[in-house]
Amino acid sequence: MSRIKGRFEELAQQQRKALIPYITAGDPQPDVTVPLLHSLVEAGADLLEIGVPFSDPMADGPVIQAACQRALEHHVTLHQVLDMVTEFRTTDATTPIILMGYLNPIEVWGYADFASAAATAGVDGVLTVDMPPEEAAALSAELGRHDIDTIFLLAPTSDEQRMELVSEVASGFLYYVSFKGVTGANRLDVASVGDKLQELRKHTALPIGVGFGIRDAESAASVASVADAVVIGSVLVGKIAELAERPTDIPAALSATVADMRSAIDAA
Amino acid sequence: MNSCKEYTVVGQTRPTEQATGAGPLPDERGHFGIYGGRFVAETLMPPLNELNEAYQKYLKDPDFQAELDADLAHFVGRPSPLYFAERLSKQVGGARIFLKREDLNHTGAHKINNTVGQALLAQRMGKKRIIAETGAGQHGVASATVAARMGMECVVYMGEEDIRRQAINVYRMRLLGAEVVSVTSGSKTLKDALNEAMRDWVTNVDNTFYIIGTVAGPHPYPAMVRDFQAVIGRETRRQIMDMAGRLPDALVACVGGGSNAIGLFYPFINDTDVALHGVEGGGEGIDTGRHAAPLCAGSPGVLHGNRTYLMEDSDGQIIETHSISAGLDYPGVGPEHAWLKDTGRAQYAAVTDDEAMQAFHQLTRVEGIMPALESSHALAHAVKLAAGMDSDKIIVVNLSGRGDKDVHTVAALEGITV
Repeated sequence: MSRIKGRFEELAQQQRKALIPYITAGDPQPDVTVPLLHSLVEAGADLLEIGVPFSDPMADGPVIQAACQRALEHHVTLHQVLDMVTEFRTTDATTPIILMGYLNPIEVWGYADFASAAATAGVDGVLTVDMPPEEAAALSAELGRHDIDTIFLLAPTSDEQRMELVSEVASGFLYYVSFKGVTGANRLDVASVGDKLQELRKHTALPIGVGFGIRDAESAASVASVADAVVIGSVLVGKIAELAERPTDIPAALSATVADMRSAIDAA
Repeated sequence: MNSCKEYTVVGQTRPTEQATGAGPLPDERGHFGIYGGRFVAETLMPPLNELNEAYQKYLKDPDFQAELDADLAHFVGRPSPLYFAERLSKQVGGARIFLKREDLNHTGAHKINNTVGQALLAQRMGKKRIIAETGAGQHGVASATVAARMGMECVVYMGEEDIRRQAINVYRMRLLGAEVVSVTSGSKTLKDALNEAMRDWVTNVDNTFYIIGTVAGPHPYPAMVRDFQAVIGRETRRQIMDMAGRLPDALVACVGGGSNAIGLFYPFINDTDVALHGVEGGGEGIDTGRHAAPLCAGSPGVLHGNRTYLMEDSDGQIIETHSISAGLDYPGVGPEHAWLKDTGRAQYAAVTDDEAMQAFHQLTRVEGIMPALESSHALAHAVKLAAGMDSDKIIVVNLSGRGDKDVHTVAALEGITV
């Protein structure tokens, strides 16, 4: 069983919702990432989403764009991101790891070689923002060969036909984008998310995570009331930006935010 | 010129064996061989489907086509002349050089052919707001122009660096009532403007129509923009038959994203005796690495919604491009060009900044026509080709835009403040 599936089953048994923090690998500098990932787990993360820096992050708002730029100033490559996962796995064999990014670094590496290297490093899922199901068959097949889940997005614009299409090819969990817009915008409307998720559950038995626009403990708890997982990104990355000159303070600051959200979600 | 590396995508073969013109391209999912497609976030998939349905419907709709034809005739000023550049041809001493005068269109470039078409589509689809990206500003001006005419709101995204280089076009857009948003991320040029326009579209998708200015982006844009620009090639066919009694031996056009080139080439694709030459921005020279020539010196990848040749590093990051011409300063290229390159139907070459400048001056002085710096790249290559051809041969160059917008750049290079 994949680590992602196993983790969601454990959580379901405990009647708990998953908390999935996102950070961009190598932001603000490469040596911060692995210790930070461990702190996020200690603070209550159930799964981890690691952003692969890309020069042209079209679906991201200014906060994550800036994170990509900070990482790319250190020339953080996809190979190095997998090295970070390998290092993380030396002391954490259980927390599922999802790589999130854009297709081109994987294209250039080659699907088969990347999938094999990702599996060796200990990656459990790959979410490629600019790869809808129509273009996903080849990469999904390679990832599937190594039991890596291909995570797909659904959005407020997705109609029933697309819910069906995405549900057919997705594995691990579904990632529902809470609003029309880019990451970090302030447009979350939990009621409409809840309605859409109800519709979506008619098409899939997979757990559903919700991301985009979740900025504090209150919104995290409220999203957790309708979703199986809460993904938080820009709010954490924004704190990294504030502390970029004092990187040793980053793990504690992010842990505090994650712990707050954790308690709010568990109390709800 | 560097050759491009061999490339396959898992489960798909390289398209070299398949004959060009074997079936209509792209396929229904927008693929030209392994190129093209639709690589966007899920939020944009339904609106792209909606756009494709509308486009397919109106492509065959006689009322829509009649309105488009009338706009092209009375608003754009089509057909644009095909002009025999007799003095230039004599000076070069080879093939006869004809110029397709897209510079004489309303707003001064070929870009308006496409914005008129897409604006009519936006109107049919009930969209009230238009967004566009622009590099040299010609597409921005063409978008602002159709928006003004139709009473639509218009926002144009433009890199900070391009805003500096193309100040006159920025002011033209503002006069036309458009909001010009300065994009300060990344390299602050066309690719970043495109990223920002995509971000706007994903946010305002309900009321907004994104007019992409070139034959790139997610399906159906490469096919749709090609079809709106193909009027250039259709007219050229008729005009050269009238003037010379036969088809040309070669067509030459500059390639940034590649819309003026595809517009000229497409109606000749099956005429295999007509050579097709695309000319990329060679910047300071291909060997220097400071250029904008993905087809000549790039490799395949995925950016801005399609798979195509890109300027990228070994880790798949997009690298900065360099060209004197803002309209060619783009790290990607339309997927149909990638396909035409791999199949060998078209040849692609690069012309340096200096060569383009020489051609700019040559045409200005010899023919009294001041070409855009983009089009000057095509001219420079055509002059090279013509010199090696017999005087009974015919070359048609797409003079895609006029050079007024570049006067400040040219003056600055010569140390003159205008």
